[in-house]
Amino acid sequence: MKRDNTIQIVDLSIGYPGKHGVKTVAEGITDTIRSGELTCLLGENGAGKSTLLRTLSGFLPPLFGEVAILGKPLRTYREKDLATVISVVLTEKNNLQNMTVTELVGMGRSPYTGFWGRLSAEDRHKVGEAIDMVGIAALGDRLVQTLSDGERQKVMIAKALAQETPIIFLDEPTAFLDYPSKVEILHLLHRLSRDMQKTVFLSTHDLELALQIADQLWLMAKGRGVTVGSPEDLALDGTLDAFFNRPGVAFEKQTGLYRIEPDYRGTVRLEGDPVCCAMVQKALRRSGLRAERDIEADRTVIAAPHAYILRESDGTTHRAESIAVLLEHITDHL
Amino acid sequence: MKRPVAVGMILLGGSILLLFFLNLLLGSVTIPAGQVWKALWGGEVDNAIWQNIVLKSRFPQALTALVAGAGLSVAGLQMQTVFRNPLAGPSVLGVSSGASLGVAFVVLLSGRLGGVALSRLGYMGEIAMTVSAIIGAMAIMLLIVWVAQKVRGNVTLLIIGVMIGYVATAIIGVLKFFSAEEDVRAYVVWGLGSFARVSGGQVMTFVVIMAILLPLSFLLVKTLNLLLLGDGYARNLGLNVRRARIGVITCAGVLVAIVTAYCGPISFLGLAVPHLCRGIFRTSDHRVLMPASLLAGASLALLCNLIARMPGFEGALPVNSVTALIGAPVVAVVLFKHRKEDTGE
Repeated sequence: MKRDNTIQIVDLSIGYPGKHGVKTVAEGITDTIRSGELTCLLGENGAGKSTLLRTLSGFLPPLFGEVAILGKPLRTYREKDLATVISVVLTEKNNLQNMTVTELVGMGRSPYTGFWGRLSAEDRHKVGEAIDMVGIAALGDRLVQTLSDGERQKVMIAKALAQETPIIFLDEPTAFLDYPSKVEILHLLHRLSRDMQKTVFLSTHDLELALQIADQLWLMAKGRGVTVGSPEDLALDGTLDAFFNRPGVAFEKQTGLYRIEPDYRGTVRLEGDPVCCAMVQKALRRSGLRAERDIEADRTVIAAPHAYILRESDGTTHRAESIAVLLEHITDHL
Repeated sequence: MKRPVAVGMILLGGSILLLFFLNLLLGSVTIPAGQVWKALWGGEVDNAIWQNIVLKSRFPQALTALVAGAGLSVAGLQMQTVFRNPLAGPSVLGVSSGASLGVAFVVLLSGRLGGVALSRLGYMGEIAMTVSAIIGAMAIMLLIVWVAQKVRGNVTLLIIGVMIGYVATAIIGVLKFFSAEEDVRAYVVWGLGSFARVSGGQVMTFVVIMAILLPLSFLLVKTLNLLLLGDGYARNLGLNVRRARIGVITCAGVLVAIVTAYCGPISFLGLAVPHLCRGIFRTSDHRVLMPASLLAGASLALLCNLIARMPGFEGALPVNSVTALIGAPVVAVVLFKHRKEDTGE
């Protein structure tokens, strides 16, 4: 698949001009964002994710450095032309009343419509296509105020598609959504980037999902600038581990995912059925016990479906029918 | 245009024609409908006084009401959209307070400085009032536009507008305190608002100015539709938000200034009619709402004028009281029905 460097950033500094001089949020950003890929921007609150997105969208002038969109400097674009190159999905909630989903998606055609904003037959066709692509055909005539947050987010993505831009920026499109909707939205965006060769760049706090779905990660931290790479490369070289390193969270290199890691109070040896062992391990970890198959420990759990046997160091055993009962027994005798 | 929309527009247009004729027909002097019709088309009328009443009094008044209602409603719609605030209306930005301030200066100070009560000047006094109202309103509007360039947030701008209005009202209070009683009375009467004050030649000037301004305000429909989405989205769709905001405020401000100069501060129509139209047409598309507000505003103003002039009320009932008395329940009912439908879905 052909992938172009649609956005090229050279030595970019971003921030706001404030009353007491310029407030620099991040500096020295040099990288590229490619088409046909989903790029996720991760970072804590206040790291400057929104500022970066606003700068790249042309809402905010860069403090220093250069941003080139499709090989042309961002600052040389006229507003009208930029509207056909970059579309955005923002966090700002527009309190729209009495506007149907189709009408709202139709607003994405504004850069192409004439003086009165009337949609041509071709425009309406493209609006229909965008709605189908996002899978909200059933919502077409619904009023925007009656939609759920997830549905509304899809409508705004459809609007961005109707705008027919090679680049789509999304500011926290998964915020305020339930988990299945988050997954659905990210899958949708990933599919769009692949199928339509779009450059999709989004900020998110959903670390786990981003690690699984993103093609490229942009890690942003206060004072540490931006680190870019594929989730797998960043996992192997330890960047991800260092990035979110704090007590209670551990990065597992095997899976490339983060895990909640408590301070362990003891250890347990596991034997028996592998699936049951994995579940017992998970349950015990929650209770602060480290359980592994290949370690030496005072206590052993032999796990089989509906039969969990705990053997203490003095040889006494206790049999439990479910993990819940086993867990109760172990924590009672800790 | 979708069919229900077309039907609604035709109904609104029909109601204007009907109410306009009723405005000519009804009043303290009873004139047969046939005679009114004849007088209107320049035919021979049985009674010369009837002809005078219809052509010199009722016709200009109805025309003024129609145009003023249309102007205020269009301005109200623009204000509500640009400030994204359902409570915005022609009066919120202090533009009508500006007009009042201009009139107050002329009416209240002329007695003090010139030694002549303006109310005694007749026709010249009327023109002086109109001109001063326009100057006052425009001055405040320019101030608002200047502030709009400096201030980012809509809410901030709205609050500053309201504050300017308060200051203007306060200055008027001070002026009143130092003025002759006769002048204060003249000012208060102006402040009640009326479609009847505009006389003869001035009506044509008023109508011509509005006939130019109202179509101009229609040029902003795409801009207004984009502004609905919020600044970020509007900008991303290629709109220069700052320029758009100033354009809309200027347009609405000029409309309000002209209407207020000729009719005094007419309250409520500009706030209520856009809500009414959103309720009736269930859309936020300004390509529908603009003409709808224009027609509904004209129609409602004619209705209010008719009621204010009902036999027995003649000259006694100020238009402002009627607009609120008629408008408030209508809007409340429409919004209430609306709400029930929304929660029912």
